[in-house]
Amino acid sequence: MELDKIEEKELIMGKANLEVFSETMQDMAAHDRDIIAVTSDSRGSGKLVPFGQKYPEQIVEIGIAEQNLVGVAAGLASAGKKAFAVSPACFLSARALEQIKNDVAYSDNPVKLIGISAGVSYGALGTTHHSLHDYAVLRAINNMTIVAPADNFETEMAIRKAAELDKPVYIRFGKKAMPFLNPEDQSFEFGKGRVVRRGDDLAIIATGETVYPSWQAAKLLEDEYGIKTTVVSMHTIKPLDTDLLEELSANGRPIITVEEHMVNGGLGEACASYLLQNGKTNPFRIIAIPDEYTVTGSQVEIFNHYGISGQGIMKNAKELLKLEV
Amino acid sequence: MTDKELQLKSIHLRKMLLKYIYKAKAGHTGGSLSSIDILNVLYNRVLHVDPENFKDPNRDRYIQSKGHCVEALFSTLGDRGFFPESDLETLCQYQSHYIGHPTKKINGVEQNTGGLGHGLSICVGEALAAKMDGKAHRVFTLMGDGELAEGSNWEAAMTGAHYKLDNLYAILDYNKQQITGDNQDVMNTAPVRDKFEAFGWAVKEVDGHNLKELEEALNNGPIQEGKPSLIIAHTIKGKGVSYMERVLKWHHGVPTPEQFELANMELDEAATLI
Ligand SMILES: Cc1ncc(C[n+]2csc(CCOP(=O)(O)OP(=O)(O)O)c2C)c(N)n1
Ligand SMILES: [Mg+2]
Repeated sequence: MELDKIEEKELIMGKANLEVFSETMQDMAAHDRDIIAVTSDSRGSGKLVPFGQKYPEQIVEIGIAEQNLVGVAAGLASAGKKAFAVSPACFLSARALEQIKNDVAYSDNPVKLIGISAGVSYGALGTTHHSLHDYAVLRAINNMTIVAPADNFETEMAIRKAAELDKPVYIRFGKKAMPFLNPEDQSFEFGKGRVVRRGDDLAIIATGETVYPSWQAAKLLEDEYGIKTTVVSMHTIKPLDTDLLEELSANGRPIITVEEHMVNGGLGEACASYLLQNGKTNPFRIIAIPDEYTVTGSQVEIFNHYGISGQGIMKNAKELLKLEV
Repeated sequence: MTDKELQLKSIHLRKMLLKYIYKAKAGHTGGSLSSIDILNVLYNRVLHVDPENFKDPNRDRYIQSKGHCVEALFSTLGDRGFFPESDLETLCQYQSHYIGHPTKKINGVEQNTGGLGHGLSICVGEALAAKMDGKAHRVFTLMGDGELAEGSNWEAAMTGAHYKLDNLYAILDYNKQQITGDNQDVMNTAPVRDKFEAFGWAVKEVDGHNLKELEEALNNGPIQEGKPSLIIAHTIKGKGVSYMERVLKWHHGVPTPEQFELANMELDEAATLI
């Protein structure tokens, strides 16, 4: 199964965000000797082999020991290094959670936690390798910024801004090629959602690699039903852009959230919490991975299975908009 | 099964795991080939497990800590009749229960593994429970050498010795390589023997591709009464396929059609020499 092919008419395909991470790291390291990659037998998966060859003094290998990875990165950061702890999102955000909570967030050591092959990017390797819990657990930790860039532009910006940020940050992305979403808009700031398509009938708030299928759903809705949709890349899950939520909810249109994360504790519930507590009663639906034993398949098969696809999101939109199904 | 048949079985299992990695277009080839002789001996000479009655509370336990080498485990279990071998046609396919790591949804699999550094702790718990209940079954795990960098292993090692778990057997697939490179360059784990001995374990080293040595080490009770046993199996990553042996990219490399054919030819050839 492939994602619907309609995008080619309008979106320019880019590379994998992982690729952009790798290039950005090399570029930054060339100008800044304090840029340090810390890896846990993960430099291949993190596309950091060329980085390690070019800047052998700027990479610290820890071996398969994610807790130690985060602890060492905290020490490096405390000593003034721009430490990027790079490991599969699943292990980084679960295995090393106490180190993240105590040594990074609580102790305010500005480690840049880079979760690679995030969400269900590892597909059929199964639950041990999925990170469907990372937004939830990290949202519950004070002093943590959580970012899931959608496209190559957002990824590069997130990595560069993280290098300069004097605070802990977690950035997660996958390894599939992503199209450029709204290349006209070159603004990027942590905590500010990016509107990648505009329309008054519906709002889809998505994050990471689900922004693309959300964009596809918006296109289908417009082509087939004349429905105009605002699509937001909510790249920063925490702190959440509540100003944008105010704006999106103002005209009462239905709101759909989409994420590559379990429904519990993710972007959707963060939005729902804000909306409900602020008196917004827009029709609302969360599209996410349900709380069940995850189906086996590739990332795109898992997405399609759970309706994280142009068609799946459109179906939900039609129900909320009470369109003929 | 005669010794000769057991040796032929190792070749058969190598061909089998390569076949399903090739079909699934994914898998951990190098580490499956380095551990397959160990699995062959475990399931065909050592473990008291019954495919028809796997849940027997008195069964020996085998928990594969290096879960990524699931193709070695699934092939061995399929061959032993825990499920129809043809099930493996669906390995890693949409909606299959046969995912790229061990899962209890499959008959014969003791625990869900895949995150490294979990197996030994679970085995300590199993071995402790067996002692509490006065049961005679034994508990085995298989670990990778790169995996030893996870601190949890050392916590479990300490616990195993503390509780004098001589019903606990850890097998180290000592192929001296991991994903990024050789252990000694990535994170030096040596000297493994001294470390485990210092932690209170009894240690024996064997050639991990010598079925006799493996069987002797695994079938004669604890190396030392009152201590958990570590069997360091010296192995070769990619063992049995010349172009895969010790070549890093075969950690999770998938053969091309030509490479697949060549591997089968080499293994068929090796079978004629047994
Ligand atoms: C906790 C955890 N971290 C990282 C990984 C990713 N990973 C899978 S296999 C592997 C290398 C394992 O090396 P080793 O233990 O030597 O296994 P072998 O050589 O036998 O394949 C790594 C890092 C993982 N599965 N679990
Ligand atoms: Mg190894």
